[in-house]
Amino acid sequence: MEIKRPKIKSMKHEDFKDNEYIDQLVAELNAAGTNVVVGKLDQLLNWSRSNSLWPFCFGTSCCAIEFMCLGAARYDMARFGFEVARNSPRQADYIMCQGTITYRMAPALLRLYEQMAEPKYVIACGGCTISGGPFKNSYCVVKGVDEIIPVDVYMPGCPPRPEAMFYGLMQLQRKIKASKFLGGDNRKEDRKKFFEAKAAEEKDAAMRAEQMRLARESKAPVLE
Amino acid sequence: MADIQEKIGALCPEAQFDTSGELLLVIVPDEKWHALAKALKEELHYDYLTALVGMDWKDSLGCMYYLTNTDTQEMLHVKVSTTDRENPRLHTVSDVWAVANYQEREVYDFFGIVFINHPDMRRFFLRNDWVGYPLRKDYDDSPELNPLRLNPEENEDDTFSLIEEADGTLKRIDKKVFGPEEYVINVGPQHPSTHGVMRYRTSIDGELVKKVDVVSGYIHRGIEKLCEGMSYQSTLLYPERLDYMAAHMNRHAVCLCLEKALGIEVPHRAELIRMMMDELMRLSSHLLSYGCLTMDQGATTAFFYGFRERELIYEIFDKTCGARMSMSYSTIGGVVKDVHPDFIKDVRHLCAVMPDKLKEYHKLFTGNVIAVGRMKGVGILSKEDAINYAITGPSGRASGVHCDVRKCHPYSLYNEVEFDEVLLESGDSMDRYMVRMKEMEQSVKILEQCCDMLEKEGIEGEYCAKVPKMIKLPAGHWYQQVEASRGAFGVYIESDGDPKPFQKPYRMHFQSPCFNLVGVVDLTCKDNLFADLISITASIDYVIPDIDR
Repeated sequence: MEIKRPKIKSMKHEDFKDNEYIDQLVAELNAAGTNVVVGKLDQLLNWSRSNSLWPFCFGTSCCAIEFMCLGAARYDMARFGFEVARNSPRQADYIMCQGTITYRMAPALLRLYEQMAEPKYVIACGGCTISGGPFKNSYCVVKGVDEIIPVDVYMPGCPPRPEAMFYGLMQLQRKIKASKFLGGDNRKEDRKKFFEAKAAEEKDAAMRAEQMRLARESKAPVLE
Repeated sequence: MADIQEKIGALCPEAQFDTSGELLLVIVPDEKWHALAKALKEELHYDYLTALVGMDWKDSLGCMYYLTNTDTQEMLHVKVSTTDRENPRLHTVSDVWAVANYQEREVYDFFGIVFINHPDMRRFFLRNDWVGYPLRKDYDDSPELNPLRLNPEENEDDTFSLIEEADGTLKRIDKKVFGPEEYVINVGPQHPSTHGVMRYRTSIDGELVKKVDVVSGYIHRGIEKLCEGMSYQSTLLYPERLDYMAAHMNRHAVCLCLEKALGIEVPHRAELIRMMMDELMRLSSHLLSYGCLTMDQGATTAFFYGFRERELIYEIFDKTCGARMSMSYSTIGGVVKDVHPDFIKDVRHLCAVMPDKLKEYHKLFTGNVIAVGRMKGVGILSKEDAINYAITGPSGRASGVHCDVRKCHPYSLYNEVEFDEVLLESGDSMDRYMVRMKEMEQSVKILEQCCDMLEKEGIEGEYCAKVPKMIKLPAGHWYQQVEASRGAFGVYIESDGDPKPFQKPYRMHFQSPCFNLVGVVDLTCKDNLFADLISITASIDYVIPDIDR
């Protein structure tokens, strides 16, 4: 089966600028070649998955209010199949991080992410979640949620307008539609790599902190 | 002022006075402070602790206490300090004003001041394994000391008190928050009904709540420290991200405070526009609170009704300010831009539809048997407790406390418009809900009068006073409060009069109403059903980023 450009109903390819990530996914799919039967089954799966995405609303501040507007009558995200906002991570398809993540919150976020069932996606919504936003210089704000968990879609704004949120959510749909679940989806491996790299970084940081503490205590430079 | 000064002088001969600022400043040594605090409350009726600001003056650490007499609305402030930076200690006043309990924990968290005789000295916002006290001027913020930790906090049940014995020696007593016989249920931090990332540890007996331990700080972003590194104009960004449902009011408060310090006269039109924005924001906030309160009790339709009208308000904001939320509209000296040509028309339309919609809300929810059963007589907060815990805003007025800053300490143009302060008596969840519904009517009334006033002014006019590009404040401190959606929002600014061209605030403190509101959760939920915890907290209606700052 040929996948040159994924055909997505209601979404024209030209409408989306800056699609390198999805184009790259499609290129990978094309390079590997796809079996007709499996490809069709994939399409069916992708179609059903992408049109019934249940959000897990991890709202810590302002962006959560805009997300509520998205659920209300004027914007009505039910049109896209997003409306079943879950309060339990176990029932959700993607986690929507809205608002600043602080040092105290970080362990809870990681745990919630781990509790989600596969396949799971992450959306970083708003400036604070992407990079720390206006609170970047603070002593207890995580500088971007991608320091803790891997992110699929970034939605800039403070907070993003509902239209921008829709764009981000549709990008996620698009990404799912262009992926291959049967034989060859290596999201799990990517994720494993992500967390292994994080663990190594953390170990390094812990070691440095320990050295610094020792140096402080002895008031002398640590040798060897 | 001289009268009060004499009376305080008689109560505490060691007290020194400073009348150069906007309010009377009383400087008291720490040993005499507790006795004076008691006398101030009992004899001079200063029963409302408006704000408690922790301070680091480099050579000393201490606190500023802003006190209000709820009968006469007179204010004064007291300065208590200690020069010991290694082991700073002050006497607690949490037994005099109950609100000081959490406020002092905040000061301990930020400055490391241990309060003698305080019942529960734990950190309030930061992790209990945090190193250092971030708001001290000599704080070391290197990431090696406080890295991003992904392990859960340990020993969160441990706390201590520093008790002063009769002979003056101090004894540290380590204790636990919950005893071994208590059954503790955790609610939050990620729970849909806590309206954000608030966490409660509740001890229950069967279905009844016995004690609620508030664990806050899950959205503590260190705004006060951030402000100390920016120019005054830049700090305006933060207050509207505190309580995002009172964005205009919070920003208004900071602008008023800076204008007071600089002595800037704001054009009449600018004040009028600001006031209209404040009232629109109040409407929007109360509509959200209506929607959330109803949804928490299962009435999802009502939530959609509330949001339908909020979109009208958002549209007005969008046209004039260019954003739906985080509008950044007020600025020092006025507003950023004149209003959109459609502004008056849109506001009039909103005022015209609101009365009918309010009737619809009442029909849908207010008389409902389930709503009445879950709210009437539940979560009662008495008037005395409300004052003692410094509860303001709709929740305070539901308990019958005359606390509307628009009436008590009129600012902006609230003197020129007619409106009533909604006061109810019983202080249960139902009354807190009803105060909001009635306040919406008052907001509409104010908006209608404002529309007339703005029409008289014409389509265009002067909307911002001339303000120097580089703002430099003389040395001193100022306090300004406004009525935000959830109560009195106060701003404390201290300047050291730094002669450098790029002056930064020496200290900025935001006294948020929600911080006080969360202090009564334990009191109001006690001996109520566990399921009612949700409806009580929804009726108290706090916004978490406002608590955590």
